Amino acid sequence: MKVLYFAWVRERVGKAEEVIEPPASVTTVGELMQWLAGRGEEYALAFAKPVIRAAIDHIHVKPDAPIAGAREIAFFPPMTGG
Amino acid sequence: MSPAPIPITIRLQQADFDVAAEIAALARGRADVGAVVTFSGICRGGEGGEAITALTLEHYPGMAEAEIRRHVDEAVARWPLTGVTVIHRHGRLVPGDNIVLVVTASAHRQAAFLGAEFLMDYLKANAPFWKREERPQGAATWVEAHHRDDAALTRWKDS
Repeated sequence: MKVLYFAWVRERVGKAEEVIEPPASVTTVGELMQWLAGRGEEYALAFAKPVIRAAIDHIHVKPDAPIAGAREIAFFPPMTGG
Repeated sequence: MSPAPIPITIRLQQADFDVAAEIAALARGRADVGAVVTFSGICRGGEGGEAITALTLEHYPGMAEAEIRRHVDEAVARWPLTGVTVIHRHGRLVPGDNIVLVVTASAHRQAAFLGAEFLMDYLKANAPFWKREERPQGAATWVEAHHRDDAALTRWKDS
């Protein structure tokens, strides 16, 4: 699946997007965040704050949302537009 | 019978917009528009007593349009609006620059006022945009989300 990062999440991870293949044991957005946080120092730093929001295929989701069938998952800080 | 479709325009762009031209585009020649409300969000030159030299807006292409569209559809379902335009800029802006425009049209003023305010409250909290501020000294910093923006949403829940 494709993963996108925005704002300070993008800066901390050091890339805007990547294709990942998490193990089958990772089934929810929250579990995916934990799995990503374990991929290295930059990921641990990016996912350290509990405020990070997520979207699956352009729709906001909560950490308990299942990731099965997701094409694109995005992680980002709380929105500050407008 | 479902109501006739109304003109809806949603644009994300780096370029500036012309408020008068957007009002005219929505209302000119229409017999069903008796009220037009506009909200313009403008880049401030300071925040909390600190000068700001520029603001950079990052957005999530694709989702930003979709999220705005979902909120416009909800506003249209809640109030008898006869037209909606939302324009949100991205990229680097300096104090005095336009950031966002919401234009709502209706036969009477109340729906237009309420629709515009509802849209701005939802866009601030839910549309995937992030602001980064530059100051005269020091590194640029990402703007923190305001609790008051989330609080502003609660009043739309029970009405």
